[in-house]
Amino acid sequence: MKILVPLKRVPDADTKIRVKPDGSGIETDGVKFSVNPFDAIALEEALRLKEKFGDIETVVASIGEEACAEQLRTGLAMGADRAVLIRSDADLDPRAVAQVLAALFRREQPGLVLMGKQAIDDDSNQCGQMLAALLGLGQATFVSKLELLDHASRARCGRETDAGLETVTVTLPAVLTTDLRLNEPRYVSVPGILKAKKKPLEVLPLTDFCAGAVSRTKLLRLEAPPHRQAGARVRSVDELLDKLRHEAKVI
Amino acid sequence: MPQILVIAEHDQGQLKAATLAATGFARKVGSAAGGQFEVLVLGHGVAGVAESLRHCGAVSVLTADDPALRHPLADKFAAVIAGVVRGRGATMVVAAASTFSKDILPRAAGLLDTGMLSDVIDVWPDGGDFTFKRVLFAGNALATVKLDGPLKFLTVRAAAFATPPPTESAAPVVAVPVDGATLPNQIEFVAREGRAAGRPDATEAPIVVSGGRAIRNADDFERLVGGLADALGAAVGSSRALVDAGITPNSLQIGQTGKVVAPNLYFALGISGAIQHLAGMKDTRVIVAVNKDPEAPVFEVADYGLVGDVYEVVPELIAKLKPG
Repeated sequence: MKILVPLKRVPDADTKIRVKPDGSGIETDGVKFSVNPFDAIALEEALRLKEKFGDIETVVASIGEEACAEQLRTGLAMGADRAVLIRSDADLDPRAVAQVLAALFRREQPGLVLMGKQAIDDDSNQCGQMLAALLGLGQATFVSKLELLDHASRARCGRETDAGLETVTVTLPAVLTTDLRLNEPRYVSVPGILKAKKKPLEVLPLTDFCAGAVSRTKLLRLEAPPHRQAGARVRSVDELLDKLRHEAKVI
Repeated sequence: MPQILVIAEHDQGQLKAATLAATGFARKVGSAAGGQFEVLVLGHGVAGVAESLRHCGAVSVLTADDPALRHPLADKFAAVIAGVVRGRGATMVVAAASTFSKDILPRAAGLLDTGMLSDVIDVWPDGGDFTFKRVLFAGNALATVKLDGPLKFLTVRAAAFATPPPTESAAPVVAVPVDGATLPNQIEFVAREGRAAGRPDATEAPIVVSGGRAIRNADDFERLVGGLADALGAAVGSSRALVDAGITPNSLQIGQTGKVVAPNLYFALGISGAIQHLAGMKDTRVIVAVNKDPEAPVFEVADYGLVGDVYEVVPELIAKLKPG
């Protein structure tokens, strides 16, 4: 079986996000970029399935600028077998990304797509579900437990919903999106980095690959959220209860 | 004129209050640009939920009621929604942001080849179309965006749109035909672990009591965070640190990757206030922080900060809140 894992290049989770004064985007000077943490969890799961079952090829893919190759190299260093970079300098919305991934799916014919439930930059949480719809495949979102059943023809997935854990089975191929608790991604090792240099990283121009993928979302401006003012310090429980009862009137 | 379809969310026969905020969004769009909205309830045995929506301001309450829709499975729900959107000529489809809507709406948007915006907090008309504001980067940025195309899908933050007052007139309930046998069948429901009985859901409750790293184990969490919540009739929540430590279940996590809440009152007990956690609660009306560390970032957003050990402060709070 082949597992396709899309990896998005995003500002590192520990970065302090600052909006540019002209509102055109966020400051990227000096910002460290990483693999979207949920995508790293997806790749970790693919690698664990490969270690368990053996005959699995893991393919990582990214869509975007030349620099996305860094995140693909990280994926290869973690243990992915090969990488595909679909080059584009356009801002693509989730629908456009899903269209590109659908084209990649048709080319690669994987048995499973594993991807993060959301990217921590755009926070949309749409791509996997749209991809599944475009391909007419089943989906399981927010997966925190995964087990392949019946010779990898089905997957049993634990899903983190607002009400608690839900378990479903999904016919494969399917698109599964990963939640935080599925696993803890491995660190990249030095031998892993050395091996990654010899692994194939194919670069395809988006315009050749999926020319119709155009964003329908237009960013007019970005702004910092209104700053919440720090309030008062209280010295005791009595003072706190008094303020909550008589000043804020919330209890 | 926009024709809006609001997707209702319910849990075991109870309408989720956030759905009413989504109708608040729909009324706002309707009053700004003309147009009207309908509500769609999907499920099995949803007559009660439909009844509770008749005064929400919709021109009709649509029900897709079929045994095949007993569980909210994305393949079936998205297919039904796509069919209703086509059948009713909807131009805007909206639901309150939740794991339910985030699972299903993007799939329905994909089936209809249309774009979608998540976590919308504002909308205004703009030359025959609309402009939206949405939250991204864990709440560290707000984007003003347009979404091209004749049909738009949206999830909205419930906290950003007021629940409108009920209307005098009652909208008719209209059943839309569903043929369960023709719906896709790729996802099968196995089981659902119920939420602990007795306490409300954090996304619905007016008061949320949340615990963080300072809480050392599950018993202490129950005694301190649970105890204070029960004294206030509140919901409980948790920071990521406690979920990672196995002290609290994932479904309690508040933050960028967990639930986003905006209650009247939020207690952050022993929570340092990482930006990912603040993303999930900073639209709260009144924030109370209790933390041993006077430099904890949570104090920068708290309305009332008390520097102290949660193991001392919280039992005192519980004792003083108890009647008598």
